[in-house]
Amino acid sequence: MSNNFNESISELKPDLSEARLRKRYRAETRFRIYGIAAILFAIGILALLLGSIITTGFSAFTQTEIALDIHYESTLFDPDGTGKFVPLSSGNYRKVVRKSLRDLFPEVTKRREKRSLYKIISSGADLSARKYLLSNPNSIEKTKRIWIKSSADIDSLNKGKIKRSVAESERRVKNNQILWFDKLSKENRVRRTFNFTLFSAGDSREPELAGIWGAAVGSFLTLIVTLALSFPVGVMAAVYLESFAPKNRWTDLIEVNINNLAAVPSIVFGLLGLAVFLNFLGMPRSAPVIGGTVLALMTLPTIIIAGRAALNAVPPSIQEAALAMGASPLQAVTHHVLPLAMPGILTGTIIGMARALGETAPLLMIGMVAFIVDIPKSFTDPATVLPVQVYLWADAPERAFVEKTSAAILVLLLFLIVMNLAAVILRKRFEKRW
Amino acid sequence: MNTFILITVLLLFMVFSYQIGKKRVLKTASSENIKLHSLPGYYGVYIAVLCGLPALFLTGVWLSLENQILELILLSELPNKISSLSAGEIDLLVNDIRNVASNNISSREPSESVLSAALRYNQLKSISLFSLAVSCLVVCILGLSIGLKKLDPTLRARPIVEGVARWTLLIASIIAVLTTIGIVLSLIFESIRFFEVVSPLEFLFGLNWSPQTALREDQIGASGAFGAVPIFAGTLLITLIAMLVSVPVGLLSAIYMAEYASSQVRGIVKPVLEILAGIPTVVYGFFAALTIGPSLRGFGDSLGLGVASESALVAGLVMGVMIIPFVSSLSDDVINAVPQSLRDGAYALGATESETVRQVVLPAALHGIVGAILLAVSRAIGETMIVVMAAGLAANLTANPFEAVTTVTVQIVTLLVGDQEFDSAKTLAAFALGLVLFLVTLVLNVIALVVVRRYREEYE
Repeated sequence: MSNNFNESISELKPDLSEARLRKRYRAETRFRIYGIAAILFAIGILALLLGSIITTGFSAFTQTEIALDIHYESTLFDPDGTGKFVPLSSGNYRKVVRKSLRDLFPEVTKRREKRSLYKIISSGADLSARKYLLSNPNSIEKTKRIWIKSSADIDSLNKGKIKRSVAESERRVKNNQILWFDKLSKENRVRRTFNFTLFSAGDSREPELAGIWGAAVGSFLTLIVTLALSFPVGVMAAVYLESFAPKNRWTDLIEVNINNLAAVPSIVFGLLGLAVFLNFLGMPRSAPVIGGTVLALMTLPTIIIAGRAALNAVPPSIQEAALAMGASPLQAVTHHVLPLAMPGILTGTIIGMARALGETAPLLMIGMVAFIVDIPKSFTDPATVLPVQVYLWADAPERAFVEKTSAAILVLLLFLIVMNLAAVILRKRFEKRW
Repeated sequence: MNTFILITVLLLFMVFSYQIGKKRVLKTASSENIKLHSLPGYYGVYIAVLCGLPALFLTGVWLSLENQILELILLSELPNKISSLSAGEIDLLVNDIRNVASNNISSREPSESVLSAALRYNQLKSISLFSLAVSCLVVCILGLSIGLKKLDPTLRARPIVEGVARWTLLIASIIAVLTTIGIVLSLIFESIRFFEVVSPLEFLFGLNWSPQTALREDQIGASGAFGAVPIFAGTLLITLIAMLVSVPVGLLSAIYMAEYASSQVRGIVKPVLEILAGIPTVVYGFFAALTIGPSLRGFGDSLGLGVASESALVAGLVMGVMIIPFVSSLSDDVINAVPQSLRDGAYALGATESETVRQVVLPAALHGIVGAILLAVSRAIGETMIVVMAAGLAANLTANPFEAVTTVTVQIVTLLVGDQEFDSAKTLAAFALGLVLFLVTLVLNVIALVVVRRYREEYE
């Protein structure tokens, strides 16, 4: 080896010319540019991703509404004309809504045209009409102007997402609907308001009636289960491994196992949940309790690893001081080491929770992907979670769900940002350098 | 829900018995004028543990066995004609009964016998819950009375309580091992059932994958083709594309950050790159399907290339972006761990910075970088949502990145989501795929961990 080296030294005559130096400097510059380009590429894609989601999703926070003059006839509650009145809540509101719409456009007479006219407003319009009457019961036999949600297609037209320039056959909104809509706008019967439905409703087949509240509640319930299971178990495991575990093969096995578990694909945890929790233990399908359990198993390694790092960062002198004062080993850890390590453990936990909040694949396996309209009320109700809702809406055929999906993603990202910021702040404020 | 109430009641019992124990021991100590062996709280915990822990344990065991036992009782009570049904049909029946019992929407209109069985099931369930509650109460009172009898100021409560606490800690750390065992067992059991129908050789080396072709129930497995090679090939293709994106970008940005960037630039760029890692994969999937897919397709069309809108390229590109921060942060650690003396030596010989990086730092960090790349590969293979939303469903055996291919994870999701009869080869195939996925990622992770660990030892 050294012989070889000496030979090559004697053979090599260093090329010290200016040209070679310039070449080397050019290579240097190129290399730097590669690095900058790589970083710019990554940041550019991030910007493109966020930009495309914000631009498509922002419009979902507003909603087009159309003003209708609804006349609440008393015959509405007397469907048979016999004087036997049905309760206000079960009147035929669809009839009055449609009549008020026809009154606006008396020229529409053909059956097909009428049907096309009714498609301007949302299929939930009768519910809005009912809701108004139930809160203002003295409106019977009066005409009231009520703002009613437009259908999703008209909403898209109003937001410019359906282009008028496209040929009619390729457009979801037909020419006559555009004419009617323009007439309504001219009469100041069209407005765009904040979309409360998005934040208060569960899922729906109709884009204008669909909301993320059900999924948000589902996510919340699921995360509570995840936190309640993974935090105590994770902290206890970290304490054991860091302070009490004897150095032997079993401890090594546990350690290797935890490291591997952290890298197991999340979908495999879903398979575990399906085979063990659903089929063997017979836990309720689609429920937050089982979703939370699966996610807890998934986040457990994260919390254990973060917990061990935090416990390890506390200097041994603190534990030794406690022991010297007569504390038992367990007291030394629980009274002194653990409280000092808590900020680090909490940071790791929050990051683990943020990952669990964004996780989708294992939840698909255990049936949290069902179409669920009701807002879940307990841990065993069928529920879905925000990322699964995003997945479901992304798959929906209606074009109007695209902006809803982006809006749901924006809400999800907002939650994630808040959680990660909390973790950063926690780390900055409480982290001690020993 | 009732189980939650039961557990809450048990916990309340424990709090209550803690107070009793603490007060009782303080009272005896002061009246008999003896010094306590341990702090009073330990006596409280001692009583609470004796009172609550056996009952909690009982609840856990009871609940985990309840389902199987109830099913057995239910089946033994059903009319005799069910003995002629196949195992799959019995499973379906039990599922129906359970759905009706819990007021879920059932797949079919419940028959009279299913309804009565559902009633019986609910009745059995409430009997079970009631007897569980009663036995918990008995165990609680028993524990409480034993504890109170033993309670004495000279009792060495602290060592006992600490012993229990240590065992609890040990059990908590074993849960991770149990999870792994659970994963392995459930995957292996279901896969064995799958391999009873389809031979492992056909599964691993067959070239034809079409699990959906079964027409009649009794010919399931006989008609579907379960050759998984196209799926493995698709997974590899997408992983390869993802690596072609993420390794150069991740590595170069890590090098720039570690060797060139000022600390201010690093302070900004590093968190920004970490945002990429924090974005949920479902968002990447949506981004791929909404933005990248159509624009790549349009681009391909303008070049005269037929790019499928669900092409391997789209999924691979977006997955590569997702993995960039993973590669860059791991290689950043590795590059920073290379001792400064090596760099100084290279500079002293007149090398430029890039020459130092290429000829000294990178070879020195190679182990670690290889480990990082292996971890990234395992991440890419196991990634689900991006490919579910952006890659295709049909198993295509092709190396053309412009065509749609499918992956292991996509197949697992499509086979298991939605209505499914358990026990059909179709659903069991998902577990066999899961087993392959688990084993491959496990091997990659183990190799990567060994490589990285060995590398670390070199410079420490």
